[in-house]
Amino acid sequence: MLRDITLGQYYQTDSVIHRLDPRVKLVTTLCYIISLFIVDNWIGYVIAGLFLLAVIKLSKVPFKFMIRGMKAIVFLLLIAVVFNLFLTPGEPLVTLWKLTITREGIRLASFMAVRLVFLIMGSSVMTLTTTPNNLTDAIEKLLGPLKVIKVPVHEIAMMMSIALRFIPILLEETDKIMKAQIARGADFESGNLIKKAKSLVPLLVPLFISAFRRANDLAMAMEARCYRGGEHRTKMKPLAYRKRDAIAYIIVVCYLAVCIVCGKILW
Amino acid sequence: MSIILDHVSHIYEAGTAMEFAALKDINLVIPDGQFIGLIGHTGSGKSTLVQHLNGLLAPTGGNIYYNGADIHDSDFNKKELRSKVGLVFQYPEHQLFEIDVFTDVCFGPKNLGLSKKETELRAYAALKQVGLEDEYFYQSPFDLSGGQKRRVAIAGVLAMKPEVLILDEPTAGLDPKGRDEILDQVAKLREETGITVILVSHSMEDVAKYVDRIIVMNKGQIMYDDEPKAVFRHYKELESVGLAAPSVTYIMQALKKKGLPVDTDITTIKEAKTAILKALGR
Repeated sequence: MLRDITLGQYYQTDSVIHRLDPRVKLVTTLCYIISLFIVDNWIGYVIAGLFLLAVIKLSKVPFKFMIRGMKAIVFLLLIAVVFNLFLTPGEPLVTLWKLTITREGIRLASFMAVRLVFLIMGSSVMTLTTTPNNLTDAIEKLLGPLKVIKVPVHEIAMMMSIALRFIPILLEETDKIMKAQIARGADFESGNLIKKAKSLVPLLVPLFISAFRRANDLAMAMEARCYRGGEHRTKMKPLAYRKRDAIAYIIVVCYLAVCIVCGKILW
Repeated sequence: MSIILDHVSHIYEAGTAMEFAALKDINLVIPDGQFIGLIGHTGSGKSTLVQHLNGLLAPTGGNIYYNGADIHDSDFNKKELRSKVGLVFQYPEHQLFEIDVFTDVCFGPKNLGLSKKETELRAYAALKQVGLEDEYFYQSPFDLSGGQKRRVAIAGVLAMKPEVLILDEPTAGLDPKGRDEILDQVAKLREETGITVILVSHSMEDVAKYVDRIIVMNKGQIMYDDEPKAVFRHYKELESVGLAAPSVTYIMQALKKKGLPVDTDITTIKEAKTAILKALGR
């Protein structure tokens, strides 16, 4: 059951998108998200949708994986749509009891839905095609200038990569402890809320202990290899831009320009 | 009273890129009171297999019967099954959570809905069965040594009075002394209570001394299923799948090659000693 969580999951394959520098992918994702909020007409969203489709096609990640990530936000999506649909003032179209659907409401609700779906899919493309390690490398490099004002960029990046690395480990651990307790007759499903909360104790206590133990082991292993923070550390595989990255940047700039022109100025 | 596996297969993440067949068409009969060693290399499917025996995992194909009833029938009482087929996971000490040893062992029988008195009697008996001294009963389980923690965790399952006890790698991470102690304790327990024991391991050496039957798994399939002597005769094939027969088997084979007329169907050091002495005519 816990295997369904796709957060930060990497899809292993070889494609142009996979080979791009992670910085390009990070910047592109940011630009894409911004573009989704700049445009406010259908032409703009059609362009955004086509761009997304093209990238998904290029990434060779099966479309099924993108959809799987959507399951998690269905509820959020519904709330956003319903609230926008009923609570936007404007020209009334249909009235059900005290709720009124307005023309502006439909417009806002559908824009909101499209925005959310594109936003999640856009960021899934990034996480599916970039390993967590590469991603934190990119963040470290992009935030590099902040070192001047004493922001511990390397430490932040290191914490992020450790946190990401621990997600699957802790999920597996949870699964294992759950099974072990079920084998001892534990029941995690039936009963009221209080009983359910109480039944989590045999799961959470071992889980926390295991998390601390793993953290301890990792700290020990890092110290044994003389880890002492970001100063003067070099990388085995330093990030370097190539020709394809430059091309990708140009495409992104073009995309942004088209978005602004079509989605904002023309209509 | 037995467990029957009928054409059981299990595929993880079917239909995705990570699809992996952990079990392929397994047929097994596990009668009452047998001491079985389940052996296989890492990833051979042995842990997946044992999780089917108490219904933690459902097979993606085939059926499992406990005492003649299909355990995945909708009216089958799974909770009762889990008390009858006790499963001790790998590194079971990681599941301890209560404030003291005794309360932790009470967790299993308490979940079965037994009275307080019966629960405590069972917990006490289980702790005695694993050979833990009284002085540790009211200590925090986290203050004990690795070997003691493991005994407490095994007691936690024994307190449910299972008819079948499955131990998944019970000696992983223990020193040789701790390993022998745990295995001797299990063998003694079996002698006293006559329950079925399934010992999962990747070490032939560990199980050769104790079990009456060895099931060798490889890549999700059963490779051999026979008494230890018969299985060890295939020591060359075992090597090809990353396993090995006990060292004495190799010594006996080597002695025979050198011309000493010894019996090569030997699995323990004790048997080897008598066989060599006999061959030398003493």
